[in-house]
Amino acid sequence: MAQELMLEKWSSAISVVNIGATKEEGGSRSKVIKVGGQATLPFLFPEGSIPNKPVIAFEIWDSAPMDWPDTLKQPFADVLNDPLKWAKKCVDDFKAELLCLKLQGAHPDSGDKKPDDEAELVERILKTVDVPLVILGCGDDAKDNLVLPACSEAAKGECCLIGSAVQDNYKTLVAAVLADGHNIVAESPIDINIAKQLNILISDMGLSVERIVIDPTIGALGYGLEYAYSIMERARLAALSGDKMMACPFICKVGQEAWRAKEAKAKMTEFPAWGPEAERGIAWEAITATALIQSGADILVMRHPAAIEKVNKYIDNLMTNDKIPMSK
Amino acid sequence: MFIVGELINGMYQDIGRAIREKNKKVIQDKALQQIKAGADALDVNCGPVSKDQSSDIQWLVESIQEVTDKPLALDSSKPAVIESGLKVIKNKTIINSTTADLEKLEKLIPLAKQYNAELIGLTISTKGIPQNKDQRLELAATIVASCSDAGFPIENLYIDPIVLPVNVAQAQIKDILDSITEFKIISDPAPKSIVGLSNISQGTCVRNLVNRIFLTMAVGCGLDAAILDPLDNDLMDAAITAELILNKHIYCDSFLDAYRKK
Repeated sequence: MAQELMLEKWSSAISVVNIGATKEEGGSRSKVIKVGGQATLPFLFPEGSIPNKPVIAFEIWDSAPMDWPDTLKQPFADVLNDPLKWAKKCVDDFKAELLCLKLQGAHPDSGDKKPDDEAELVERILKTVDVPLVILGCGDDAKDNLVLPACSEAAKGECCLIGSAVQDNYKTLVAAVLADGHNIVAESPIDINIAKQLNILISDMGLSVERIVIDPTIGALGYGLEYAYSIMERARLAALSGDKMMACPFICKVGQEAWRAKEAKAKMTEFPAWGPEAERGIAWEAITATALIQSGADILVMRHPAAIEKVNKYIDNLMTNDKIPMSK
Repeated sequence: MFIVGELINGMYQDIGRAIREKNKKVIQDKALQQIKAGADALDVNCGPVSKDQSSDIQWLVESIQEVTDKPLALDSSKPAVIESGLKVIKNKTIINSTTADLEKLEKLIPLAKQYNAELIGLTISTKGIPQNKDQRLELAATIVASCSDAGFPIENLYIDPIVLPVNVAQAQIKDILDSITEFKIISDPAPKSIVGLSNISQGTCVRNLVNRIFLTMAVGCGLDAAILDPLDNDLMDAAITAELILNKHIYCDSFLDAYRKK
């Protein structure tokens, strides 16, 4: 007997955020990355439209990362000291369609770079590559409030995605993003109530919810991944049922969390049973990413090109299998 | 919860006068005020002053449609008036209402189908107002069966248990609340439930409080929709909070604002 699919009817959809602006739109990017727009849960094609695929943003830094394990440094060994070359390598060699510039070097404890220098770097990266850009601050609120507005202005018109606004520090960034026509990352500490509240606070300042991307804060595989998963799923269910304040795409900092895990970076000499670390770290990052894709991640900020390649294949597979009916 | 704003009704003096004088602005302002306060739909009723209800309801509908595309509930006990309103309506429509009488069901269900409208069915018939829960369920089942037979989707049907004033029918109120719960087991898919709220407090001296508490209790019983005064801020707060407690919205510190912005 033929089985009938039980299809859910949703009343709403996730908003679409456009990252990047082409020449016609006042920027200089070669294309625009669209994220969001889903009218159903992840990959339930028979239930609703899924107009945009999840995208991976290659994470690059403004300064050479000190604590990255060798496996992670290796593919970029020749460019880690030069963000421009690093950006170019991601685009030219690894076909990156989106970059995420992490301004770690601005942190008072790791370089304390000046706002003007960071703004200049943003400008030069935009001249060096033509893919859309995500810009993330160093996480020190006071410093980010100086650095991010400068970078926002330097990238005016390029429709970047800039973060992160947090509940106790969002006003400066929202004002900058509003003035310069960008989108904003709203970050909450694995807390759906704060995620919603922050979106309300941001939209109260006049930045439309359609320009917010939620960073729910994730944990890597083995480090709270399932908690992040359930929060993202709950937010999505609410959004699809009509909660506009939750109807934003998600950005997940996969690389940062996955490569923090001991299982990703510990050497085989320490844990012989775990196998070679060169494969393990890549697998850890890829598996963390794929699980988050299944919970609704729209932008994955990732580090290792081999992990990115695997995950891109996984995404392509999911997106092209939409015509195959569910098996009996 | 689905909130139908009740304030565009000719029985209110300002609306009655606006209908007589064909003063659009009064109607449009009232429409927008209610939407701003959180109404999902607007009830439209010419009221007793109207000399020509079929024409007045068209004027009301057209006036409101100029300022909003929110759903409108055409409110009349006369099918001819509802049909007249349907002819000019562009917004999503709710027919308010049919009774469980065959004569009405046979007229209004086809109209609802033809105009792709939702339908409110009152658990009342020419035999009178039901006196207990069983009678309410029986009338509800009659309406559901008629809709089913006519191929009208039950998801688009609201059942109203007929709320009676607490100072008139105190013994019945619990039955009314229980009916709201039990409407859900009449059929699968189940009809939705709706109440005309302000009846509960007719003739009492603290109307707002009675409205607010009854609504909260009804939400607890699974109420899906209510026709009420959305400008009663405390009432709306109570409804929103009741649904929050039932985990129908995600909590955040500004949950009252968040709901109104939805």
